[in-house]
Order: sequence, then structure tokens, then C-alpha cells
Amino acid sequence: MLKRMDRNTLVFLAGSVFVILLVQVLISINVLNSFWLTILRIGGVMGIACLGLNLIYGFNGQFSLGQWGFFAIGAYAAADVTYRWVNDHSASGLVILTLGVLLTGLVFVLLGRQLAKIRGLDALSAFSLYLIAVIATGFLSVFLGQFLIAPVTGLINLLPAALGMQVVFFLAIIGAGLLAAEASFLLGLPVLTLGSDYFGIATLAITVIVKVLLDNSDTLFGFVEMKGARGMIGIPKIGSWLWVSIFLLATIVVVRNLLQSSYGRAIVSVREDEIAAKAMGIDVANFKTLSFVLGSLMAGVAGALYAHINGFLHPNTFNFIKSFDILIIVVFGGLGSVTGTVAAAFAWALVLEGFLRLWLPPGFETWRYVVYPLLLLLMMLLRPKGLFGGYELPFLRHSMPALRLKPATAAISNQAEPRPASAEAPSESTPGITLSQEDAQSSSEG
Amino acid sequence: MKPSLATTAPTLTIGQQIIHKRWIGKGLLVLLSVVVIWRLVTALIENPSVFVQQVVNGLQSGFVYALIALGYTMVYGIVKLINFAHADVLMVGSFTSYYAISRFNLHLWLANLAPTLSPTISLLVGTITVLVFAMLVCALMAFTIERTAYKPLRNAPRISALITAIGVSFFLEYFGALDFVFTPNFISFKRPFPVTTWAVGPGGIQALESGVAPPPGSVLFSNILVIIIVSSLLLLILLQYIVKRTKVGKAMRAVAYDKPTARLMGINVDGIISITFAIGAALAGAAGLLYAIAFPQIVFWMGIIPGLKAFIAAVLGGIGSIPGALVGALIMGQAEVLSAAYISTPMRDAIAFSLLIIVLLVRPTGIFGEPTLEKA
Repeated sequence: MLKRMDRNTLVFLAGSVFVILLVQVLISINVLNSFWLTILRIGGVMGIACLGLNLIYGFNGQFSLGQWGFFAIGAYAAADVTYRWVNDHSASGLVILTLGVLLTGLVFVLLGRQLAKIRGLDALSAFSLYLIAVIATGFLSVFLGQFLIAPVTGLINLLPAALGMQVVFFLAIIGAGLLAAEASFLLGLPVLTLGSDYFGIATLAITVIVKVLLDNSDTLFGFVEMKGARGMIGIPKIGSWLWVSIFLLATIVVVRNLLQSSYGRAIVSVREDEIAAKAMGIDVANFKTLSFVLGSLMAGVAGALYAHINGFLHPNTFNFIKSFDILIIVVFGGLGSVTGTVAAAFAWALVLEGFLRLWLPPGFETWRYVVYPLLLLLMMLLRPKGLFGGYELPFLRHSMPALRLKPATAAISNQAEPRPASAEAPSESTPGITLSQEDAQSSSEG
Repeated sequence: MKPSLATTAPTLTIGQQIIHKRWIGKGLLVLLSVVVIWRLVTALIENPSVFVQQVVNGLQSGFVYALIALGYTMVYGIVKLINFAHADVLMVGSFTSYYAISRFNLHLWLANLAPTLSPTISLLVGTITVLVFAMLVCALMAFTIERTAYKPLRNAPRISALITAIGVSFFLEYFGALDFVFTPNFISFKRPFPVTTWAVGPGGIQALESGVAPPPGSVLFSNILVIIIVSSLLLLILLQYIVKRTKVGKAMRAVAYDKPTARLMGINVDGIISITFAIGAALAGAAGLLYAIAFPQIVFWMGIIPGLKAFIAAVLGGIGSIPGALVGALIMGQAEVLSAAYISTPMRDAIAFSLLIIVLLVRPTGIFGEPTLEKA
């Protein structure tokens, strides 16, 4: 058993390193021009963000439309850090972001410990306490940051310029991811108590609110370099393929390891049956928050990379309409399928940004978004269970039942769906054998 | 902030009361609402006529949102589908009425037929004709969409239907943006009737001529406002009649309540679902004309923003509930206008959407939504 696992891991890692290096070689000998390279990088970025959403929606069953909002938060936070480094030659953004994120994280942990002792605290009260804490740490980190900017700038300047840039970039990505995660933790506190569709709508509202905040980032919030609704320019374009692929690989490994741990089984059990999970002693609220925060962390990282691929950010990019792209990719890849999500992200980027731009006959360039929804409808009719229909690479396989999707006509709430007895069967099967999604699907519909 | 947790204490300590009666969270909400109400009350005292004017403007958009929200809420009530394509039905309604008015002069048919009739009556009849025409076109389109795109997915996972709805929305928008359809440009909409504005104030009601400043302290009403409110109310009453008094409405309610049983009772469930889509789309078509009359610039993506706001309004009122959609839409209209006027203009959308989240926190299924048992 152990040996097989090891071989799978080895094959997977060797394969991914080979693919990454192959693409890198193709780039360096100019076989892949910048057009295709950008598409590949966008595909990788979407892959990271979509794995995050798959963790939230596919594995934990929380229908979230907020992923794009956290993507935006990550993009703007990281862009601000590198912008200040490149244009103002100061680490002010880096220092304040890192300090703020660390202090807030510390306060969250300490406050969380205190609040965990109190029984019966409602989500809104907890939210108010956390909100006060966040505001306080925000001011504190801005105050403390003033003293650290000069020394940190000097320290990074000791490094060679190119390396210093990469270090700042790396820290900015991590900081942006953590910022998105902390924002999602704070906003998730009250919102995660809502029922499925209402949660989706509340997160959609979060996306819209983030977009409006970004529209006013320069006038109301004093981030002059973000230029509000005019769009942020001058972000260094340093999001190379290597960075994107390394982060994508790391995300895949993190998701895979999480899902194969007891935490992952708890997350999936919340999706399968909340009440049963609760009866088994699983802290449902905790695991909902965990997957929401982790998923948003990935969105923040993806956003940070995206900002440095594009070099230009505009609030309209973070329009709620675009947030459906992530949902579409996740559904295409298959809910609860890691392989499918990553493949679908690249396929989506290649088709929408690549082929549909190049292959449409002259005179039909504007038909791109007419063909795209038709492909969408076709896919939904032909492959409703995702691109690979539940297939996973051996390395990513997990011994958990596939998602039971409910039919469109099923009442979600007040009429309890009589569950066929056979639907229960997969969970009792031998661990280690992956059930194909078809099996669970047909049994739940039967 | 650390209450003592005496397990068998007969009376609650202050710390426990704070926790058990949810005082911290409530305090935040109360603080927020006190600030907002204070701002609004001072605004009302400062300049009552401006305040009333804002409320009137809010009513205008609120009723348009109500018409759109009804489509969302009816479809959600019956198939539990968030029909994102509904917003684009509004756009089609606007363009249909644009073509009917500017190309075919549909609003002038009675005036051309009987030139001796008073122009007010003939224009009124003409406008109603355009309205009915737009409603019919939208209903037909929604019926076709439902049959071709949604019906094959009736037994597919809910998310497939949602993605399909998004796809249909993209298709309608970008097909409309093609040069031979609606073109990607802004088009200025020709209103079917001339605009008249009345100033209502201390000096009584007087018609306002264009270019003349309104008398101070007066509130402006236009015939656009009157037409929007009257036609929305009439359509709402009609809808209420259909849903509550007719056989089709009874079947709709039965299907929404329990599909399998409704089918056993001999109701044509698929037909009823199609009719629901068509009625919702007809209301969106009417809203399309009214929205274009109020904001006479139309473009292929014009449906997105009012569609989103109406959808949020439907959720605010409790999605699935018809009175909820009306109340939610009116609140949404007021929230938008008043926050733009008195709190922060650039942040008005953020405030309106925060309102949704706050309402959902207090009532998790919206104002009129039935409290649901969490699914097992």
C-alpha cells in the first residue's frame, strides 16, 4: 500500500516537474510566444483559484460566489506592495501588509481561543468582536510599520536588485493570500451561518462590495497608486511561468494532502450530511470556516499572481459577472475533482482566450462570446459531471464518495428528499477503492 | 469580556446575559441603524422637499425593480433556479420596445388610424400596445429558452441548470451585441410620449415648462413616474389575480409546493413551469420598456445592473415570495437613492448590498421568506 502510494507520488511529482520544465524550455527557445505563454499562465492562475473554490463548493458543499472578490483583494494587495517597491523604492507596502497580516492572524488566534471558551456566542457577536480587533490591529500595524520601513528597505537592498525584487514578490504573494484568508474569515463568520443559496447570494454581495471599494480606492481610502476606477498601472510584470506553476503545484499538493487527512474527511462529511457529521462529533461550523478560509487563501494567491501577469488592474475585471468564470471552470472540471479542475482551468483559458480568438473566421471576431455560451450549454448537456467525469490521477485519488448532486427540481429545504438506500452504499465500501462519480450519481437519482 | 460559566446558576450573570441575549451583535446592528436613521432624520428636517424628492425617485426605481424581481422570485419558487438570464430578458424587452417605437411607430397606430382622437388617449393606448408587445415577445422568448435550454436539464444537478442560465445570459448579451442584431453601441431610446413634469409644493400643483426652474420647496413629479407606478401596480394586481384566483395560478402554487404530488394530481408540471418562466419574462419585458423610458439609453449589457439589484431585492424580500419581491424591491430602491443622497454617493451599491447581508443575518431567508429547516 505504502509502496504504491510512494510510486504514485513520485510519478506525479516527476511528471509535473517535467511538464513545468518542458514549458520553461519551450519558452526559452521561443517556441511558445508571449500570447500562448500568457494563456498558460492565466490557466495556471485560474487553476489555483478554482481549486480554492472546489475546496469550498466541491468538497465542502458551500455554494460560494465570493471567490472573485477575494481574488481581487489578493490582486490589489500584492500589486500595491510591488508597485511601491518598484516605483517608490520603499518597502512600505510590504512592511505594513506583512505586519498587518501577522498581527491580525495573531489576534485572531488569541481572540479565537478566548471566544472558544464562551458557549452560545452567536456569529454576529463574534463578528463584532473580531471586527473591533481587526480595526485596532490595522491601526497598530500602520503605526508600528512606520519604524520598520527604512530598516527593511535597507535589508532588501543588500540583496542583488533582481533577487530583491523576487523576494518582495514572493512575500507579497504570501501576504496577499493571507490577507484574503483573513478577510474571508472575518466575513465568513456571519455569512457562513446562512443556508446554501443564501450563502451564495451573500458571497455574491461580498464580490460586488469589494468591487465598489476598489472603485473608490483612491478617493475614499487613500490608496492613490490604485487609481480607483481608472485602473492601476505600473505593476511589474514579474509573474513568470515558474512562479505560477510552482504555486499551482503547491496548491494541488496542499489540497490533496488536506483531503487525504482526517480534516479532509471531516470537510467532505459536512458536504455529505451536516447532521450526521455533527452527530459524529465534527464541528461543522469550524470545518466550514476552515475550507472557506483556505479556499480564499488560494484565491488571494491566484489574484496576486494574476496582477503580476497582467501588469494592469481595473475594478471592472472584478465585476461579479466574471466571478461566474471560476464557478463555470469548477463545474466543468467536476465538483470534487482536483485533476478535472486543473485541466478545466487550462482548457478554459486555451479555448476562451486562445482558440476562440484565433480560429474564428474573419468578420466573426465578435462571435467569441456567442460561441462560448453555446459550448457551455453543450458541455452541460453532454458532460454534466465534469470534464473527466470523476476521473482522478492516481496521486490525487481519495477514498471518498463522489458528490451527490441534487436534481434541479428537488426542493432544497422544507421538503426532505427521500434518500434512496443505495445512495448510502458508497460510504460503506472499502476504503482505498475510489467509486466513480457515475455510480454515486445514478444511485442518488434512482 | 470573559463571563464566568457557573453551570447551575439560577440567574444569569451580566456576562452570560451579554452572550445569551446576543447583545454584542445586536449592539452593532443598533449602532448602525441609529447612525443611519439619525442621518436620514436630520436630512428630512433640514430640507424636507429634497428628502421627499429622493423618496419619490426611489419609488420609481423600486417599482421597476419589483417587476424584474417578480420573475426571479417566481422561477426560484417553482424550480429553485437562480435564473441569471432574466436580466437579459429585460434588455430584450427594452430593445423590442425600441424597435416597435422607432422603426414601426407602434405607439402611433391609433393616432394614425383615428387622427381626430385626443392625442393623450391615442398615445396612452399606443404605449400600452408597445408594453403588451414587449411582454409578448419576452414571454415567447423565455418560453423558447425554457424549452430548449432548461427543460433537458430538469433532472440534472441544480448547478448544471445554474451554469446553463449563466450561459443563456452570456448568449443573449453577446448575440445582442452583434452588428446585425442590437449593435454593441448605446442607442438613445425614443420615449413614446412627451415628458411632462409637475412641481408639487406649497404653491400647489403646476405643470413645469422646460428650462424653467422649479419653485423652491417643491417636489417634482413626472408623468414617467406616474406611468411606471401605475403600470407596475396594475401588473402586480394582475399577477396576484393570476396566481391566487385562476386555475393556472393554483397549479403553479401546487407545483412550487410539491412537484411529484402535483404531477399525480394531473397537473402538467412541465407546462406550468414554462408558463411561470413566460409570466416572469413578460413582467421583465414590461420592466424593460419602463426602465428604458426612465433611463433612455439602451445597450446590450443594460440588464445586468438592474437585474442584479432586482435579484438582490427578491432575496431581501424572501425569494419565492411575491409580496416579498415587491417589498424588497421598494426597500432596495429607497436604499439606493437615500444612500446615494445622504451617506456616500460612490459607495451606494456597497451600502445596498451590505443591507442585503445585514437583513440575511437577522432573517436568514429574507423578510417574507418562510423559515426553512436546514436540509438534513
